[in-house]
Amino acid sequence: MSTQIGSPALNIGIFALFVVVTLLIVYRVSRASNTASDYYAAGSSFTGPQNGIAISGDYLSAASFLGIAGAIAVNGYDGFLYSIGFLVAWLTALLLVAELLRNVGRFTMGDVLSFRMRQRPVRAAAAVSTLLVSFFYLLAQMAGAGGLISLLLGVKNTPGTPFDGQSLVIAVVGILMVIYVLYGGMRGTTWVQIIKAGLLVVGAAVMTVWVLGLYGFNLSGLLGSAVENTGKQLLDAGNQYGRTLTTKLDFLSLALALVLGTAGLPHILMRFYTVPTAKEARRSVQWAIWIIGIFYLFTLVIGYGAAALLPRGTLTSANVNDAAPLLAFQIGGTLLLGIIAAIAFATILAVVAGLTITAAASFAHDIYANVMKEGNPEPGMEVKVARRTALVVGIVAIVGGILANGQNIAFLVALAFAVAASANLPTLLYSLFWKRFNTTGALFSIYGGLAICILLIIFSPVVSGGPTSIFGEATDFSIFPLQNPGLVSIPLSFLLGIVGTYIGSREPVNEAKFSEMEVRSMTGAGASAAVDH
Amino acid sequence: MSATDDSPGGSSALDATPSAYQEVQRSPEFVSLRRRWRGFIFTMSAVFLGWFLVYVLLSDFAHGVVDTRIGGTNFTVGLVLGLLQFVSTFVIATLYVRFANKNLDDDAEALKRRVEENL
Repeated sequence: MSTQIGSPALNIGIFALFVVVTLLIVYRVSRASNTASDYYAAGSSFTGPQNGIAISGDYLSAASFLGIAGAIAVNGYDGFLYSIGFLVAWLTALLLVAELLRNVGRFTMGDVLSFRMRQRPVRAAAAVSTLLVSFFYLLAQMAGAGGLISLLLGVKNTPGTPFDGQSLVIAVVGILMVIYVLYGGMRGTTWVQIIKAGLLVVGAAVMTVWVLGLYGFNLSGLLGSAVENTGKQLLDAGNQYGRTLTTKLDFLSLALALVLGTAGLPHILMRFYTVPTAKEARRSVQWAIWIIGIFYLFTLVIGYGAAALLPRGTLTSANVNDAAPLLAFQIGGTLLLGIIAAIAFATILAVVAGLTITAAASFAHDIYANVMKEGNPEPGMEVKVARRTALVVGIVAIVGGILANGQNIAFLVALAFAVAASANLPTLLYSLFWKRFNTTGALFSIYGGLAICILLIIFSPVVSGGPTSIFGEATDFSIFPLQNPGLVSIPLSFLLGIVGTYIGSREPVNEAKFSEMEVRSMTGAGASAAVDH
Repeated sequence: MSATDDSPGGSSALDATPSAYQEVQRSPEFVSLRRRWRGFIFTMSAVFLGWFLVYVLLSDFAHGVVDTRIGGTNFTVGLVLGLLQFVSTFVIATLYVRFANKNLDDDAEALKRRVEENL
């Protein structure tokens, strides 16, 4: 990470071009988005394919692009699990969640969770969970930006001085993101995602073909060269997770969190509201699965390509996220690095914008409009509150990003996935499919899932007692052996939903409301009429 | 513009006519739609989750199997199984979209109209 390569001026120039083009588009598409439907859901006016591309843009974050390529380059086969888990997870979203959510809700995850429950407590819980998941995800992206900057722009971080060049760049990313969200709303943010997804897939495709071309399109030859060049058994399982039973269980835990987390990520769920019907939501996921799947096949080649082509010793556990940009420089020189670097920045910027609008919508719609104003906010106030929230989220993201700069990115993303899989997915599935599920059950699975996840993380080797821990090796209060809490927290959250439902079973099931939810979820009845308000 | 019309008990219009939804929910057409739809999605979910778990457990605990090279190449059984996860994901997604377009959408649309006429 200490070596600075390429031309900072070129890197900045290409990135600035992206910013100018996207700002122009945001300016052109943003109307006076003063209705909630327009601001949060772009008036549900996107088509399935457009939304599918935007979903890919939202989902293929810096962790996906830089993280997976790096994990494969350094750990080989074990890194491949990330891409498989992240992709297979989309079937959960396609089969069990997307269309039902589209038919039942309008703007937020809380719309669905609270549909047949007592509004205020369940909406508050849904918002707390949405804000927490989005916050962890946001921190990971912002922290990722810092690391990338030192490599690409030649801006170094001087320890002990918080207001240095890297912090400045994090602040610029934060301010740009706030501008997109404030002025563009969901419509502008969606177009930013679409452009970014296109650039990212094309960039990855160019690198993939280039690397394969160097090996005469012989994938087996590339794999062999990766092993030869690194001297590591990158094709064998277990490089990262194979050593002990604990690490093997960690692999299982990670796999579970990945495959069940996606369908509980609020910023992904919210994207389904930008299309008019369940059928378009289905098409969105279909498109997203193809784009994301093909992209992850590219990262497989890029990851092994980095292992095969970078001089031995270039990649260490400290700069694993730099594998893709370093490979770009190795094969294509300054220009390709500049392009890939700009794409990586665009990725961070776009994902952060998507997270911000989700957090803003959840606060304004669930907490402000429905908990504080009991569903009757003054006209126009809800969107005003959403814009103010976006501003606050921007400031929090900048400050958090500066503080988290240099932290372990994968940890923050895995935490977001684990919380989403524990707190959100069980609650969503129970409320959609289990008639007796009630308010107490929902509160148990949301708050229980959140609490278990966060406690297990705090007492895990990620936070203390290990060589890569936040508090270092010297401070050790880790009593939970796994890095990822999913293996314990996900089943427990499902169980808590059941326990809570039985504890709260004196609360009568709202038969009429359940019928309405079930019929609406499967037919879309009532959903179109509601949009015109 | 707010979502108050979604709140339970928040809108008297919906409370006054709960039967539109309940009537449809009890109709044989809806019951049949639900049975076909759930049969498909629950079966497919079990298949893909089970198959994913098999892949993860093999990668985790059966290194002898997944590390086996295929032919004289550098491809391992694990890599091929992993790529097959991609294939199965594409296939299941395509099957579901076809199934839903062909067997669910028209019936759902008819039921939706029936509800909205009676709201």
